Amino acid sequence: MSFSLHGPGLWYATRATGLVTLLLLTVSVLLGILTAGRFSSAHWPRFLSQGLHRNISLLVLVFLALHVGTTVIDTYTSIPLAAAFIPFASSYKAAWLSLGAVALDLLAALVATSLVRNRIGHRTWRRVHWLAYACWPVAMAHGLGIGTDRNAAWVFALAVACGVFVLSAAGWRLAAAARAGAQ
Amino acid sequence: MRVTLRVNPIACVRHGMCAELLPELIQLDQWGYPILTAKTVPRPLVDHARRAAQACPTLALLVQETAGKHR
Amino acid sequence: MTTMALSPYRPQPPEARRPGVVPTRALPPGARQPGVPQPGVRLPRLLAGIGARPAGLEHHDRFYGPMPGRGRGRGRPRRLIDVVEASGLTGRGGAGFPAGRKMRSVAAGPGSKVVVANGAEGEPASLKDRLLLTRLPHLVLDGIALAAEAVGANESYLCVHGNQEMLLDSLHDAVEERQAAGRDPVRIRVAGLPGRYVSSEQSSIVHYLNGGPGIPTFSPPRPHERGVNGSPTLVHNVETLAHLALIARYGDRWFRGAGLPSAPGSMLVTVSGAVAWPGVYEIEMGTPIGRVVMLAGGPVEPLQALLVGGYFGAWLPVQAAWPVPMTHAGLKAAGGAMGAGIVIALPASCCPLAETARVVRYLAEETASQCGPCMFGLPALADALGHLAYSGGRNGAIDRITALIPVIEGRGACRHPDGATQLVRSVLRAFPADARWHERRGACAGVARPPLLPLPDDEERDRDFG
Repeated sequence: MSFSLHGPGLWYATRATGLVTLLLLTVSVLLGILTAGRFSSAHWPRFLSQGLHRNISLLVLVFLALHVGTTVIDTYTSIPLAAAFIPFASSYKAAWLSLGAVALDLLAALVATSLVRNRIGHRTWRRVHWLAYACWPVAMAHGLGIGTDRNAAWVFALAVACGVFVLSAAGWRLAAAARAGAQ
Repeated sequence: MRVTLRVNPIACVRHGMCAELLPELIQLDQWGYPILTAKTVPRPLVDHARRAAQACPTLALLVQETAGKHR
Repeated sequence: MTTMALSPYRPQPPEARRPGVVPTRALPPGARQPGVPQPGVRLPRLLAGIGARPAGLEHHDRFYGPMPGRGRGRGRPRRLIDVVEASGLTGRGGAGFPAGRKMRSVAAGPGSKVVVANGAEGEPASLKDRLLLTRLPHLVLDGIALAAEAVGANESYLCVHGNQEMLLDSLHDAVEERQAAGRDPVRIRVAGLPGRYVSSEQSSIVHYLNGGPGIPTFSPPRPHERGVNGSPTLVHNVETLAHLALIARYGDRWFRGAGLPSAPGSMLVTVSGAVAWPGVYEIEMGTPIGRVVMLAGGPVEPLQALLVGGYFGAWLPVQAAWPVPMTHAGLKAAGGAMGAGIVIALPASCCPLAETARVVRYLAEETASQCGPCMFGLPALADALGHLAYSGGRNGAIDRITALIPVIEGRGACRHPDGATQLVRSVLRAFPADARWHERRGACAGVARPPLLPLPDDEERDRDFG
């Protein structure tokens, strides 16, 4: 298949990398919840949840970069690079695209604070990291709202499955945190 | 140069990763809190100690380097 | 724990003794004249000016002499820090750290400094700080003002527990009196701390003054590096500052005129328990414990042990304790600790295990609940010791206690759990036969005796840390 800046190849790449980013983000959130919830078993030590969570988050960044990159260089739609960070910087499906920008900004904050965790201290890091619970639904909304793929049954089913996992895990985690806070 | 381990007992909320990553020097007591079996980290374990400190979710494990005679 | 029967010149009859009610006693008038210290008279020093009512500023100045550095013809005095270092004054709050060295390290820090006087006296069995603050407040306030000037502080605090309203009022009045007399360039702020046991700890006070709860913090940084408002902070016990006020007037050689070369000066001790005249006494450092007990009128019943150092101290069998000098080094060598100068005489009719179990239960309830080994370990220790004392009869009870001690000791952010473990270790070491008896046979007759060691009443205890 020849590579063309004008053909559908980049568009497929954008959609594919976007989907993978969302899946990886979901896995990362679930692993983060496992870490905070101190899950462990005979074959799954706690540092594994945390290590995977960190590494998969970095992988999310890689695929997100590809997703943004393929979108920007695609000449079919003229979306500037700024639109990846600044909401409403592009007129193409402005609202849904902006959600993506917001999700990216939130993710940048999460990763940046995690990288300098030693310097900013645990308390500050923790307060920022709660934004992860905002980042995931915003990213999901961006993906479902902007994508043409949501009409495909398997994509929709995947999205629902991610939603179920994250919502139940997050619900369990927030309930446990509330109980611990009340004690 | 001496590398020592120290636990901030106020920050520690017994996640227990330190004991998983540095079992040679850290064990957990009956309530899940870390007991340092040795304060000084032997040379071969320094990298593991740093990793364990990085892994602690509340940054309660501290790896400190003090200038001094290495025993 | 709130009232003090006042009768400085008459010994209290034994029936007036109750846990917590500790009258004071000073030498009768005529033994010393006010003003400049007399050669050959070594004691009293701090308590020389004590009377039945709080000493006002005028009486204080007349009795102890004018505060130095006010241009009253003494010439330029040496820097106070040098004098304090030369005097060998050590902290009287329990740790015994050299006071001059502490002042020097604070003074060497950057920026402006803060001075904090710790008058909280969390130890239930200690009354010396309360005595100083109620009857001789200006000694302490002089000390604060002098220390503030010496280290370059622009803020100073005097901290006491906030539930002692009368004390707070009288201290406010004393500060007002000084302000009216134009005495202190840096206004001394009287602060009320939460009434919890750990709130009187050094880092708790700094934490509270910085706007947080009155619970200990992890160090580094230590208060003398970064304390209140991030400034180097000098925290001294009020008795230490009272001594400082006299050293500034009379010099380091005068201070060294009492006590031992290795432990100079005088100190206040609180003697209670089965003695004729429980109260606060001023002794020379290095006085043998037996002499201290005799100063307080001697035992009223046959004694089995002495608790020296309060609830951060240790039990010592009477025979072994009698000749031990009241110094940090001497008590440490004897397996004890000086703490804040507390001596409690335990009669033979009491059960030391039961008394200790009560105290450890109190300490377990007073944990700040920040550090796991203390939060979980102290209640476990209290349970184990309580079982041994009250219902014994199980094999391995002693082993359970001795197994818990190393898991608790040294693993907290402050010394609170260490005080409990030291106390428990000392009771097992001083009374091995009793412990074995309890293990086999359960509670002894002494368990039924009314409790001797003082603990605050429930109503007096705050519930939160502010």
